[in-house]
Amino acid sequence: MGDIWAGIAAAFRLIITADADLVEISLRSLQVTLSALVIACAIALPLGTFLAIQRFRYRRTVIAVLNALMGLPPVVVGLIVYILLSRSGPFGVLGLLFTPTAMIIAQVIIITPLIASVTHQAMRDLWAEYHDLLISLNTGKLQRVGTLILDGRRSLLTAALAGFGRAIGEVGAIMIVGGNIEHQTRVLTTAIALETGRGDFALALGLGFVLIALALAVNLATHYLGRTESEGRW
Amino acid sequence: MKLLLAIFLSCCATLAQADALKLAVTTSFQNSGLAEVLLPAIAEDTGIDVQLLVVGTGQALRLGEAGDVDAILVHSKAAEDAFVAAGYGTGRTEIMYNDFVLIGPEDDPADISAADTAGAALRAIAELQAPFVSRGDDSGTHRKEVSLWSGIGIDPGGDWYRPVGAGMGAALNTASGMGAYILADRASWLNFANKGDLALLFSGDPVLFNQYAYIPVSPERHPSVAHDLALQLKGWLTGPRAQELIDGYTIDGQQLFTFNAAPAAPG
Amino acid sequence: MSVLPITLRDACVRRGGHVILGPVSLTLAGRGLTVLMGPNGAGKTTLLKVLHGIVRLSAGTVSHDGDDARGAQAFVFQTPIVLRRSVAANLAYPLKLQRRSRAERAERIRDWAARIRLEDHLDQPAGRLSGGERQKLAIARAMIRDPELVFLDEPTSNLDGRSTREIEDLLKAARDAGTRIVMSTHDIAQGRRLADDAWLLVNGQIRETAPAPQFFDQPAQPETRAYLRGDILE
Repeated sequence: MGDIWAGIAAAFRLIITADADLVEISLRSLQVTLSALVIACAIALPLGTFLAIQRFRYRRTVIAVLNALMGLPPVVVGLIVYILLSRSGPFGVLGLLFTPTAMIIAQVIIITPLIASVTHQAMRDLWAEYHDLLISLNTGKLQRVGTLILDGRRSLLTAALAGFGRAIGEVGAIMIVGGNIEHQTRVLTTAIALETGRGDFALALGLGFVLIALALAVNLATHYLGRTESEGRW
Repeated sequence: MKLLLAIFLSCCATLAQADALKLAVTTSFQNSGLAEVLLPAIAEDTGIDVQLLVVGTGQALRLGEAGDVDAILVHSKAAEDAFVAAGYGTGRTEIMYNDFVLIGPEDDPADISAADTAGAALRAIAELQAPFVSRGDDSGTHRKEVSLWSGIGIDPGGDWYRPVGAGMGAALNTASGMGAYILADRASWLNFANKGDLALLFSGDPVLFNQYAYIPVSPERHPSVAHDLALQLKGWLTGPRAQELIDGYTIDGQQLFTFNAAPAAPG
Repeated sequence: MSVLPITLRDACVRRGGHVILGPVSLTLAGRGLTVLMGPNGAGKTTLLKVLHGIVRLSAGTVSHDGDDARGAQAFVFQTPIVLRRSVAANLAYPLKLQRRSRAERAERIRDWAARIRLEDHLDQPAGRLSGGERQKLAIARAMIRDPELVFLDEPTSNLDGRSTREIEDLLKAARDAGTRIVMSTHDIAQGRRLADDAWLLVNGQIRETAPAPQFFDQPAQPETRAYLRGDILE
């Protein structure tokens, strides 16, 4: 219990003094995770929507694969990305290993199946609700997708936030492909792992609380934006 | 066209790492805090920005084999010799040593603080079947522990012997939580903040000395490694400034490392 | 160009080996309000959907051009489907699909909101409306682009008396304004109140079509007499 109070105190101290290292790694955490989120959403939202409304031969297989990939351990993703980006690997010439780009790649692989799967479920329910109406109104395929995305935007936001939550708290994969290099690829989670390893629980917990606060702030901001947007417009 | 692209990319890569050197080190080195003293001095004297990848000895060697780092600084002689013999590195240079210590619960049920040798201490633990945490991660520390057990002809196993497959700090945390014995390097132990009821119970047996060696990764296998910088760093690590900083580094008044590099031979 | 007449020739719909509808041959033409009557499971919904062109025939032909015709037609489902938007946005939706101007949309929305007495609820989410209000909204949304032909599938089956009366008034007004209406119901009294002519559908087949006075007072078929008496038809 004493450790937790010490952690809270450490978090306050770090935030109030605007500790330069803390600011740096927090910003890097956000930069890596938000970049990964944007890329993953660009892939997963259309994919999930497509899977919800389009029947094709291997649809069920694709969905099953997506759901299975959701459970992929990040460490495995990290290892695979490491092998691909290693200087002796197929993409070694790009020199991406141990850079934020490598971390973004790993996170995209980790969260895309999650976002696509949540999107698919939400869009499937909405499509079941809207199907008859949209057919009866003689809508075209693009109009249908547009209507679903517009009216399902809250679910899509939830899907994106789920992806954000998974990415910002992830440590296994980015530790391997990023290397936790100070001033290069150190982010909040890898810094927490490092301080835990050193037995400095107070600092580790302090960083943990900063991470929680960051995630909360993003969620609240999104929620607030979503609410003001939904009222009084047609 | 492809060739042009490849040349362009490799130029970019070289430019980006003009003064950066990726060095794989062991967790025990990082946890000692010595890096925080050495790195700024290195940057000041040579302009090299040393980027540390803190991993276990096993992973450090793998990173070197793959050419993903420019040099490694580890402490497991047999593995280092094999690494160099296989052509992955361009020679092993001993830099410094510290020592391993046996940590355990303060009340010391196996009474290892009275033991004459490290082997006798371990034998006492095994006979009592007192809980013992092993790194179990193929790290240099783990390899040292394994060699100590085999040295006294014991193949540890059973409920009391707990390989955790984790780094030094995490393993110390586990030992602290279980009130178990553990083999640790002195630096990690002194820097470890969560000591709990643990205490340093046995040290000083020469068999526990822990030699750190520096190996630049061979540019013949991986032309992209910054071999020139790695050699430059080797020169610095074996030089007088390094000796002064390493021998002068203390925690709680205790010297952690002893510089023992051979006087810098040119090349 | 009129969507009428619509002609079915030996139209059949089968699902999994069961005949749901047909063979049916009939012509939908003329003016007024047609009531489609019949017991549960007779195939009333399927027949309406075939006429609207949103159920594919297993055999036989339907005369309209499918997609092209539906712009001038509308369909109201038994369970009202409302978009997850405001009342006003629900009314605007079919107009937006046709790219009607903002001014025209605003005018029509005001007009129809007044007719269904939801003018004070325009900015409310449609999901918060009562069952009766939802159905009125669905009908207004169907009518808002002045379709030539409207199908309604048991539009009042789950509603209280007051909502039922309001909806019947809406339908009569539309009929009087020249809209061709086909609605199904199993409420015989409602059929008597609204119908200009009536069809009886039993076991997927049309048994009688007649002007309302004749259908309800001097039916030609014994099955129609039995149905109006309240017998159970098989």
